[in-house]
Amino acid sequence: MRTQTVDALTAVKEVRDGDTVLVGGFGMAGMPVELIDALIEHGAGDLTIVSNNAGNGDTGLAALLAAGRVRKMVCSFPRQADSWVFDGLYRAGKIELELVPQGNLAERMRAAGAGIGAFYCPTGVGTPIAEGRETRVIDGREYVLEYPIRGDVALIRAHVADRLGNLVYRKTARNFGPVMATAATVTIAQVSRIVEVGELDPESVVTPSIYVNRLVEVA
Amino acid sequence: MALGKNELAELVAGDIPDGAYVNLGIGQPTSIARYLSPDSGVILHTENGMLGMGEVVPDEQADWDLTNAGKQPVTELPGAAYFHHADSFAMMRGGHLDVCVMGAFQVSAGGDLANWHTGAADAIPAVGGAMDLAAGAKQVWVMMTLFTKSGEPKLVPACTYPLTGKACVTRIYTEVATFHITPEGVRVTATYGIEADELAAKLDVKLLF
Repeated sequence: MRTQTVDALTAVKEVRDGDTVLVGGFGMAGMPVELIDALIEHGAGDLTIVSNNAGNGDTGLAALLAAGRVRKMVCSFPRQADSWVFDGLYRAGKIELELVPQGNLAERMRAAGAGIGAFYCPTGVGTPIAEGRETRVIDGREYVLEYPIRGDVALIRAHVADRLGNLVYRKTARNFGPVMATAATVTIAQVSRIVEVGELDPESVVTPSIYVNRLVEVA
Repeated sequence: MALGKNELAELVAGDIPDGAYVNLGIGQPTSIARYLSPDSGVILHTENGMLGMGEVVPDEQADWDLTNAGKQPVTELPGAAYFHHADSFAMMRGGHLDVCVMGAFQVSAGGDLANWHTGAADAIPAVGGAMDLAAGAKQVWVMMTLFTKSGEPKLVPACTYPLTGKACVTRIYTEVATFHITPEGVRVTATYGIEADELAAKLDVKLLF
């Protein structure tokens, strides 16, 4: 379907209570702060958030957590020097945590986006992460069965889009954006600039428009 | 004399083979980068999606779209490449990284690594990319103090903390000794300010010299 260019609040209006929302960014690099602000204003709650970290400082994802909208965090590295919002909720028993090794987080979303039913992964063999899980020895090496992580919505930040929804990123702010874009029913990309069709070098496009449903320009 | 932190970082840097693709863990291993000579051709990988990472820069020079795994602002070197997270971890798991250097809470004599969770009831666990690196890098080196602040050895017969990876560590660099973990056992490759018999007496692990 044709990618729409809309304002942030319109972009997130179909997010429902209980949805799983994939949120891009590694710390603040690539975090779609204005889309998260719109989600807070929109008001959906009881959310499962999939993101590498569990919020930094008091803005972006941390603000969504502080607003009490998140039931569960799925992430690899919740605790950081500036993750006081998550830390407080977790210690008070007000939020669930599913801890996923960072590469598994990425690959499980990649699998969802690529139509893979499950995959065997060597990460975490012999650790508490693998306890009670199905394992298999393949060519003499042990692997753990991992299932896809699919989102109802992905909120990502890219650098420049064309009006079709092709995306290019900037430096390490690329991080989870391209994978999350493939793994959600609706992908919403916040970009710094939207250019006309034909202005992006096709060789430089990282996320093709087929994965992008809505564009929000935030200069 | 026991090695200082900078001397230890310099020692590890000197052991990294020329031209290697290397991931340096957050915290102390990050300092190894300062001692890699430009002639070495070593290329640094950062798990958040970059090869050819340069040095950490002060906040006033920061480009916040260009950070390392510890979210510190860094530079890009000529020949750098960016990629997304699934590709970054495919590089690890696929066995393309030559060396990774991580910190540790404990390493066992068999090379088991524990560095993500103390298991304490009120601790908030955070694993990041450590398990993927442990499972994927061709060589996993650990850089740590040999003893905790209360004097407990961190090189142990078996880890009591939850594991990050099994039988993955091949070398341990500490301020008083360096070790290779070999099929024959734990071999001491150098000592700094400690005699061999004193080192052996302080560790509950059989050492080869």
